[in-house]
Amino acid sequence: MRVGRAAATFALLGIAWVLWSGHFTPLLLAFGAGSCALSLWLAQRMQILDDEGEPLQIASGLLAYIPWLLWQIARANWQVARLIWTPSLPIHPQMLRVPASQRSELGNAIYANSITLTPGTVALDVRDGGILVHALTDSSREELQSGEMDRRVSRIESGGAGAG
Amino acid sequence: MSALAGFASAAAGWLAPLAEWASAALLLGGALLCATGGLGLLRLPDFYTRVHAGGLADTLGAAAILMGLLLLALQDGAFLVAVKLALIALLLHITSPTGAHALVKAAYSRGLRAAPDS
Repeated sequence: MRVGRAAATFALLGIAWVLWSGHFTPLLLAFGAGSCALSLWLAQRMQILDDEGEPLQIASGLLAYIPWLLWQIARANWQVARLIWTPSLPIHPQMLRVPASQRSELGNAIYANSITLTPGTVALDVRDGGILVHALTDSSREELQSGEMDRRVSRIESGGAGAG
Repeated sequence: MSALAGFASAAAGWLAPLAEWASAALLLGGALLCATGGLGLLRLPDFYTRVHAGGLADTLGAAAILMGLLLLALQDGAFLVAVKLALIALLLHITSPTGAHALVKAAYSRGLRAAPDS
């Protein structure tokens, strides 16, 4: 497991290095491999190569979640932009707590960041299995309270295959 | 091989104006969203509601501008530039909600109250 994770990390670092540099001469490729190895060794020493520091286990779930999240962000952008251009400024700001059903802190962080990423809702505080949220309008509050985002983030955690 | 290259260049020739128009639309839309975020900063009543307006420029505004640039880069065959632009978009979507959260959490724990509902 540890060897597998180290190999996967080295491969990911290598891909990142090639994409950033775009150099393919042997000398520079060797430098790249060297810096990947150095980074890997440092990360091992810092003991950050775990499920939280490098959450490979949720990669497939994240890939299914991100398109849905982007669509929600686009929709929320449109709603808030329309609100700002409306002369009467029909906002109804309010604070509320929503339950966060994720099992890990990583899942909580993904949920809270998703809330903040969608304009109209901002995560204020995360504790005791709940998130304190500031919502701009009743409709953004209701959308959050429907719990769909919470369920989808929890599905990422439980190992992916989370579309639908 | 040469047939394939011919097909690719023909497709590129046909797609080029399309990509340019799509890129222009994305750049313009992104600029409009960022301007809307700025307008929201001026119009909204208190700190917490203004954070929502900033979110417009942080999320779709920045993403649309970066995607518009990405299309232009792809059209010029600058694949590595396109990858970098995509990575910048990814990084922004991780760091900007983190920053927004840090701001509102600091304000909230220092006791800044939300403006009364108008």
